[in-house]
Amino acid sequence: MTFASSIELLKFHETAYTIYAFMIISVIAWFGYNLTRKEAKSAVRIPFYTYMAFLVIGGVGHHIFTYNTIPWVSQDITRHDATPDASYEFEIKDHKWIGLPKKITIQCGQTVEFNVKSHDLVYGFGLFRQDGTLVTQMQVNPGSDVNGILDSNDMLWTFNHNGVFNLTSTEYSGPAQYSEDGEDLMLVKNFVEVTGCKDGGVK
Amino acid sequence: MSLMKNLINGTNFDHTSLNALQKVTLRAVVMSFLFFGLVAIEGMIMKLVVTGPSNPLPEMFSHPAHYFSILTVHPIVGIFGSTYQLVFAAFMFLVPFLTKKPLYSVKLANAVWLLITIGTALAWISAFVWQYSPLYTLYWPLPADTTQFNVVGGIVFIVGVALIMLGTLGFIYNIYATIFARVGIHKDKTTKELLISGFGIDGMLNLLHKLSGKQPYSKEPALALPVVAIFRGTVDTFLDAIVILSSGILVLVYLVFDLGGHPLDVAAIDALLYKNYFWWGLDLVADGLVLIYVAGSWYLLASLITGQKLFMENVARAALMLELLVSWMVWSHHLLADQGQPEMMKLISGEMVTAFELLTQGLALFITLVTLWKARPLKMTMELKYLLGGLVGFGLAVPAAIIQADMGMNRVLHNTQWIIMAHVHIALVVGLYMTLYSALYVLWPIVTNGTKMFSSKMSNIHFWMYLIGGIGMGAFAGMAGLDGMLRRHLYVNGEFNTLMILTAICGTMVLIAWFIFLLNIVMSVGIKGLIGIFLPSHDKTASYGIEPETVAENHKVD
Repeated sequence: MTFASSIELLKFHETAYTIYAFMIISVIAWFGYNLTRKEAKSAVRIPFYTYMAFLVIGGVGHHIFTYNTIPWVSQDITRHDATPDASYEFEIKDHKWIGLPKKITIQCGQTVEFNVKSHDLVYGFGLFRQDGTLVTQMQVNPGSDVNGILDSNDMLWTFNHNGVFNLTSTEYSGPAQYSEDGEDLMLVKNFVEVTGCKDGGVK
Repeated sequence: MSLMKNLINGTNFDHTSLNALQKVTLRAVVMSFLFFGLVAIEGMIMKLVVTGPSNPLPEMFSHPAHYFSILTVHPIVGIFGSTYQLVFAAFMFLVPFLTKKPLYSVKLANAVWLLITIGTALAWISAFVWQYSPLYTLYWPLPADTTQFNVVGGIVFIVGVALIMLGTLGFIYNIYATIFARVGIHKDKTTKELLISGFGIDGMLNLLHKLSGKQPYSKEPALALPVVAIFRGTVDTFLDAIVILSSGILVLVYLVFDLGGHPLDVAAIDALLYKNYFWWGLDLVADGLVLIYVAGSWYLLASLITGQKLFMENVARAALMLELLVSWMVWSHHLLADQGQPEMMKLISGEMVTAFELLTQGLALFITLVTLWKARPLKMTMELKYLLGGLVGFGLAVPAAIIQADMGMNRVLHNTQWIIMAHVHIALVVGLYMTLYSALYVLWPIVTNGTKMFSSKMSNIHFWMYLIGGIGMGAFAGMAGLDGMLRRHLYVNGEFNTLMILTAICGTMVLIAWFIFLLNIVMSVGIKGLIGIFLPSHDKTASYGIEPETVAENHKVD
């Protein structure tokens, strides 16, 4: 099992958490009802150590599961040893993108490096589908690569689905990001286009 | 008695019978619930704005400066003005109640609620008048960006936050001075014994002695378990206050120099290092004191409601120590989207140690449920209902955060409505407040000298509207987060219209529930009584001598 795109992951997550939410609400409701009954007996006996083991497995297992099913986790950790198919560097100053190409066209399956520098404030770099769902994002801190101690704001992303994506800052950087009537001035529509995937999915 | 008479005189509330400790507790409670109303209205305004252009609000609320001013003060009013006040009030009453010792200083307790109230009001005024809006995150160098914000507004905001932190330090001093006072039952205890008990070391030694077949280290620990939780949580409250206060001083220095015409270079402070420092401190609220205080409150409520000793008390004592250590090492889960953050810190602090919170909070849930189960049948009183509501809240909110504290998930959930609504709002609005309402219903007859609640129907309506509204609000907005809705972004075109309308409906339920609760309280104490709470007390006693065990008698089925 592998999540080829973030939309698949989000759908899986929504279903799994919704089931869990209904389950925990039902368990506490059932528990509360039985608290008032003299004759109530435990439907299930949960031994303490089994319960604790379940929590440990849940907490650790969650990360093992995502590491093995979400491709961008290991890619992110080892990104400095990888050679991307294409690299793009942008800068941000005074709530404006600098050096941004009008549009980036990416072939299906290509791994792209984005490197973004901020000259003043903390911003974000986020790509969004036309329906508003998030493709990927990172924080853009100012000066992180200036003193040589910390890394720059760079990330790798492999595009496995066709689509046209919008770009905007995902971190609040003050009201100057917006026009007086609330329009996002950092929004770049149709910034990335991915083509060449069969049936819209993986090559 | 007619409704009008009730409104003026209450049921049987007599403010002149209250001692100094009771009055100072009720003053903070009143302020806390007034701030809760303000924060609920703010929340509703913001949710209505993002429903789109057809929202019924005046246009000014959709202006970015106005919208983000509200978003900046919303957590200040909610977390400090309301939650801190209520928690501090409850604990400054509970520590004397449980240790059977007087509070160290009622004057200091009065200063605490006054400082937090004035500080919150100043922060709110800075946003209202000058539209100072760097948000509570204060990401460097935004709070010192005088090209976007008014300098005076910034100074007023920082002074307000500083006053809140000074009030917090006053609370901390009062709590520790009371715990370490060698009077009453602690007359013959040494500071070392109280420290060992406060940190839960006696619980840990008891467990080790049991495993090695020795006699218990301490048959009767010096401090009751809820006091241990307050002791432990207050360590995080202190560290958090120091971090916020020092960050505030940093911002203040930059603003004052700017005002004097000599602006300092903001690049002198590394933004990512600042983020690490700030989140380390701020996270001690979310993952430190809240979880520890809540666990302690559940233990107290479960023992008071059942009248029985807590199940696995030694494990609970030891776990509180673990929770304290965990809370110091989890801040990196806020920095999983920061590519400059070292990968090892993301893995260890952001993922692995953070996952421990599932263990510590799961343990608290287990111990509370088993303690209640062993004492059945119990009457389904208001305090029991609220306690179960609180358990549901954290049962939903903690896993929602653990899921996101993962390098894979964070890439698509960071800074979305998922974390702020499905986690933070459900944890605070449902988990924490339901627990606090439970404590309020337990303590109400003790703090008010047996005042009858005006209407149990209103209490029940409040409970159900609040529970359904609180969970619904978090769930619908959380779903919008999954659909890509950012948490610190302005949407004026109704991009997430349907989910935001559903969120607003549920938020309205919370607001109406708050109003019903407030009305019930006012009808119980009366306007005269409400004013009387703020008048000086004739009885200067700073303690309450009732035995905690007697509270449990009210919950037994005949």
